[in-house]
Amino acid sequence: MLKQCEGSHAIAEAVALSRPEVVCAYPISPQTHIVEGVGELVKSGALKDCEFINVESEFAAMSVAIGSSAAGARTYTATASQGLLFMVEAIYNASGLGLPIVMTVANRALGAPINIWNDHSDSMSQRDCGWIQLFAETNQEAADLHIQAFKLGEELSLPVMVCMDGFILTHAYERVDIPEQEKVDAFLPPYSPRQVLDPTNPVSIGAMVGPEAFSEVRYLAHAKQMQAIELIPKISREFQDIFGRESGGLIRPYMLDDAETVVIALGSVLGTIKDTIDEMRADGISIGVLGITSFRPFPITAVRRALSHARRIVVLEKSFAVGIGGIVATDVRMALDGLDQRIYTVVAGLGGRNITRSSLHRVFRMAMHDQLEPLHFLDLEWSIINRELDRERATRRSGPIAENILRDVANAAKIG
Amino acid sequence: MGFQPIKFYQTGTFTVGNRLLPPEQRSVQSGMERANALNSGHRACQGCGEALGARYAIDAAMNASGNKLIAVNATGCLEVFSTPYPETSWQIPWIHSLFGNAPAVATGVAAANRVRARKAGLPDSEVRVIAQGGDGSTTDIGLGCLSGMFERNDDVLYICYDNQAYMNTGVQRSSATPPAARTATTMPVGPEPGNTFGQGKNVPMIAMAHGIPYVATATVADLRDLEYKVTKAMSMRGARYIHIFVPCPLGWGSASNDTIKIARLAKETGLFPVFEAEYGEVVNVSKIRQRQPVEDYLRLQRRFAHLFGKKARLDVIERFQQMAEQNIRNFGLLADEKVTVGFRSSEHRK
Amino acid sequence: MNKPFAITLNVGSSLENKTGTWRTFRPVYTKRLSPCNNACPAGEDTQGWLFHAESGDYETAWRHLTQENPMPAVMGRVCYHPCEGACNRGKLDSAVGINSVERFLGDEAIKHGWKFAAPAKESGKRVMVVGAGPAGLSAAYQLRRMGHQVVIFEAGPMAGGMMRFGIPKYRLPREVLDAEVQRIVEMGVELKLNAKVDNILTTMKEDKFDAAFLAVGAHIAKRTAIPATESSRILDAVSVLRGMEGADKPMLGRRVVVYGGGNTAIDVARTAKRLGAEEAIIVYRRTREKMPAHDFEVEEALQEGVMVRWLSTIKQVGDGGSITVEKMELDESGKPVPTGEFDTLEADSVILALGQDVDLGLLDGVPDLTFQDGVVQVGDNMMTGYAGIFAGGDMVPSDRTVTVGVGHGKHAARHIDAWLRGSRYEEPGKAELANYEKLNPWYYTDADKTVRPMLDIIRRQSTFDEVQGGLNESNALFEARRCMSCGNCFECDNCYGVCPDNAVIKLGPGKKFEFNYEYCKGCGICAEECPCGAIKMESEAT
Ligand SMILES: Cc1cc2nc3c(=O)[nH]c(=O)nc-3n(C[C@H](O)[C@H](O)[C@H](O)COP(=O)(O)OP(=O)(O)OC[C@H]3O[C@@H](n4cnc5c(N)ncnc54)[C@H](O)[C@@H]3O)c2cc1C
Ligand SMILES: Cc1ncc(C[n+]2csc(CCOP(=O)(O)OP(=O)(O)O)c2C)c(N)n1
Ligand code: SF4
Ligand code: SF4
Ligand code: SF4
Ligand SMILES: [Mg+2]
Repeated sequence: MLKQCEGSHAIAEAVALSRPEVVCAYPISPQTHIVEGVGELVKSGALKDCEFINVESEFAAMSVAIGSSAAGARTYTATASQGLLFMVEAIYNASGLGLPIVMTVANRALGAPINIWNDHSDSMSQRDCGWIQLFAETNQEAADLHIQAFKLGEELSLPVMVCMDGFILTHAYERVDIPEQEKVDAFLPPYSPRQVLDPTNPVSIGAMVGPEAFSEVRYLAHAKQMQAIELIPKISREFQDIFGRESGGLIRPYMLDDAETVVIALGSVLGTIKDTIDEMRADGISIGVLGITSFRPFPITAVRRALSHARRIVVLEKSFAVGIGGIVATDVRMALDGLDQRIYTVVAGLGGRNITRSSLHRVFRMAMHDQLEPLHFLDLEWSIINRELDRERATRRSGPIAENILRDVANAAKIG
Repeated sequence: MGFQPIKFYQTGTFTVGNRLLPPEQRSVQSGMERANALNSGHRACQGCGEALGARYAIDAAMNASGNKLIAVNATGCLEVFSTPYPETSWQIPWIHSLFGNAPAVATGVAAANRVRARKAGLPDSEVRVIAQGGDGSTTDIGLGCLSGMFERNDDVLYICYDNQAYMNTGVQRSSATPPAARTATTMPVGPEPGNTFGQGKNVPMIAMAHGIPYVATATVADLRDLEYKVTKAMSMRGARYIHIFVPCPLGWGSASNDTIKIARLAKETGLFPVFEAEYGEVVNVSKIRQRQPVEDYLRLQRRFAHLFGKKARLDVIERFQQMAEQNIRNFGLLADEKVTVGFRSSEHRK
Repeated sequence: MNKPFAITLNVGSSLENKTGTWRTFRPVYTKRLSPCNNACPAGEDTQGWLFHAESGDYETAWRHLTQENPMPAVMGRVCYHPCEGACNRGKLDSAVGINSVERFLGDEAIKHGWKFAAPAKESGKRVMVVGAGPAGLSAAYQLRRMGHQVVIFEAGPMAGGMMRFGIPKYRLPREVLDAEVQRIVEMGVELKLNAKVDNILTTMKEDKFDAAFLAVGAHIAKRTAIPATESSRILDAVSVLRGMEGADKPMLGRRVVVYGGGNTAIDVARTAKRLGAEEAIIVYRRTREKMPAHDFEVEEALQEGVMVRWLSTIKQVGDGGSITVEKMELDESGKPVPTGEFDTLEADSVILALGQDVDLGLLDGVPDLTFQDGVVQVGDNMMTGYAGIFAGGDMVPSDRTVTVGVGHGKHAARHIDAWLRGSRYEEPGKAELANYEKLNPWYYTDADKTVRPMLDIIRRQSTFDEVQGGLNESNALFEARRCMSCGNCFECDNCYGVCPDNAVIKLGPGKKFEFNYEYCKGCGICAEECPCGAIKMESEAT
């Protein structure tokens, strides 16, 4: 059923259609509207046989999820940013224990300085946590990915993070096709756990494992993610069969076949990039896009195959690893190992900074002419940076960077 | 009405079993059919009070729940000595997640159980949940989750095995470590040797402040009382808390055969008040039976050795005695005294 | 379930880990000798029969008891219960009323008519017993149990010895004595009354006895030279008490003076009171503390109105019953010495209770015997210097009590039995004593001793009704359950419960426990927390 609604609302509905049995969450922008929505569906009775638990922290949220999932309940939670970091210990634990929890991460920057706006730093900080991480391009895809995530996680006994851009998606009103319950039921069977806490068949879950078996356990975690590489496209096809729409999968190529330059990105920015590319294509420029839906597992083979003919690659990412550069770019390099291609990293949209088409035009063209430095920060205000660096060189106790910059920005505004 | 002493049976009230009692009045531990939830082969130290307390408590809970029990365990000695790959000592469904999240994990298990029960048309789950952890996980790192679980009144019985320090990591101070005690992080050096006076927290009282249906303390020295409390807790729904005093021969520097004796002395000196509270209100205290000076308790433990000997710290021992006296006054631990601590019963929670 | 590798484990798998290898000390179940058993002159397994009484199985308790002593109803009344003096519970609150429970069991047996079994097979040997006092009866009973043919020769008209002709009825009702004697006779013991043995060797030979046990007691009253004008007023306690068994009771008058400080003096003074004497005064050389009589008996006598002149001796019995008494004082060594101060008392009769000597006439002509202080010397095996003749009770050197007599009879029987088979009876070695330090008294519920009901004073003074009442079922059970089972497992399940390693195997009711050394780490908690000291720790390094 087509519905004009807020992204968060669509997610809440998709989650409810997946018939979760336990939902627990702790509020943090921009995730709030999603769990508020699910909570209301539970409270109103629209979502039956589901426990909605208001916990005291994200750490507790993930911990409750661990408990309910281990006890055999389909479990959902959502968070963002600081909340994700606050639950980190439990995140690793959930995947280590192989519990198919589904969690929405409404992507948001990480502090300090505290910032509620969108980028991918939060999810990227957890790229090694053992969870499957799927990135949604649109609210429709976000909704669809949640339904797929339950199926995927439960088949593999692995938790799944559905990452969607905070505010840009969560708070955007769009038309979303909300699936019918019967179809969801047909697609997603009830949860049948691989291991469960059950008095009639007791097991001890969460043993301490020493050097004698730890590497094997870790390898098996990797092997599972490799299985996911097979399973993700399969589930996406099954989804398409039932719902008639393409959603999910590992990667999403656009105008790729003959492209000399390929832009790689994750999430909603793909929309802006595609628009830009459409315009560049109209100008006869050989450029295409590769969207990565499955960041973990990282589809090395699919990416390599998709990019094999490209001459240069621009990885545009909303995150970066301080002290080295791109995070996605590193993985892309891994995929392209041995190929003779130029790979540029463009860090963009941090902390909610707008990514404009004109800026994209500019960097893509620079890249085409190989005039881009390997690590480029989109629309960086160099005057501010230089002033601060000067100040720091002059006085050791130059004060907090963020405050200094804010002052500079304010002064610039006054002058300007 | 509290624990009913069994009189006139030679040793009825205090020993584990009693061949003279009708079977239904015997302790769970005396039964040949007891669950032995924590089985032989675990790697706890000789004379471990925690291993003992855990079997006492979980067996009683198994009995009370008709063996429909799931346990959630925090990281700590109990977890490490019971489940090193490839062996587990547990005979019940059991999960270990993290050091600080056992109460929340248990909330999750209880929620899953409840949903399953509802789907089966039952008002409440027959499968019950216990969360358990050491004092460190309970009073320190897991207190937030514990408080959340209490506050929501989740259907979880939380059991703290209090051995008064972080034992698993090598005997470091926790907020349950008594003053003056030597730990690896409060060494007996300097003018005020051992742990500092005037610190620490009382989690049973904190639990009571939540107004939850049931809070109790117990020791491994009084099995029948402990079983009574676990059984009672299991007969209730909602958040329940039992704090069990479990001596640690390794961490306390006590003889392995003194484990129960030390626990007994903790109660008889007044240093560890044994009581139960419902909805915040103290409803019953275990009176001191044979009052002992704190010195008798302290002397058995090398963690207090610096209080004795050549440079004996009579002043510190006296401060301990004062702590005991205060407990005795607060909880009315002597025969005809009354309780003066606690809260009014939280009627609105009933 | 397709469980994840390593993280998820099958329950109970730690049984693979045999923690028994950690042990340096091992717990071992042991049986220690309870102090009560140790103190019982009859060698009763008091702890053992109390164990059965605790569960209300009185018949088993009685059968267990009577392996050592065939007369618990008597013993429960007259024994001075040294067991209770030794009882560990005395250090906790007050001693277990072992003797009261014994009496209760004895009375139950009489009430229900429980009998002794006849021996399973006859040995074909004939043993004669001289004297039907406690020593003789005990020996006869034990010998009969072993299958020997036993004939008791008793000079008097009734069996019981001093139990009948000494101990007053108000302490030992004769129906009780009769019932317990009768039960022994019913086992097939032949009891010849009015059959004084004058020469033991002759009788043995004539009646073809293979061995003899002598227990003729001590019946000749000791006399002391008191100048007396009217010696008819002077009687001896033994005759007075024996006279109580006849049809004509002794005539003692209104004012009776008893001379002596033993239990016999007390008994005779109390008897005098009951016979109607207005005054019964005991004259004794020393102080109350030094009196050989048991204090509880002195107390009872005083309650009944018996008076005592401490530190006094009788110097003369003059005309009209005027008795001269000299006051004494104790010297530094505690010996009474005369002060030269005199006093007079009026008495219708003076009864001497100064002890008894043994009539050894029947031993005339028996070779190789040794005598000392007027009694026969016997070896550890109770045999006199003459092979085949054994002796016990008051006629051999020892304390003179019913209980000692029963013990002698039992021991002699065992040695006679062995001797008859040409071997020697070896006493089983004594187990280590379960003294108070071996216990963990914390576990015993505080509970005071049940005091046996006493007849009220008035009734007691004038009648020969039994003074001490018995326990009823409920308080007998309570009393039995006060026993701490010193040194012997009573299945309290403590060891089974307190082991942190589940290393104690419970074998089921009555079957006790075993250690599972595969897992026992040797922490010693079980031994420490065993209430009764039935577990000891032994070093593994041997
Ligand atoms: C007044 C009194 C009160 C006592 N109270 C107690 C008491 O409360 N508790 C206690 O433990 N002890 C008590 N005693 C002591 C106790 O009674 C004796 O120690 C005990 O009876 C000795 O037992 P026995 O078998 O050696 O001899 P006795 O009981 O003296 O029995 C010897 C028997 O042998 C018979 N006899 C003697 N010569 C011959 C012979 N030649 N041929 C055949 N038969 C013979 C006698 O007639 C007599 O029946 C008391 C003693 C007296 C005198
Ligand atoms: C988040 C976290 N911090 C620290 C630890 C290290 N750690 C493991 S067990 C433990 C001590 C446990 O103490 P306590 O809860 O009192 O249990 P005990 O071992 O004394 O029974 C510590 C500090 C951990 N596992 N996780
Ligand atoms: S308590 Fe029992 S076993 Fe111990 S000495 Fe007393 S009667 Fe004997
Ligand atoms: S602890 Fe109890 S059951 Fe174990 S040996 Fe001692 S008395 Fe027997
Ligand atoms: S308590 Fe258990 S482990 Fe300790 S010594 Fe006794 S049987 Fe062995
Ligand atoms: Mg601890």
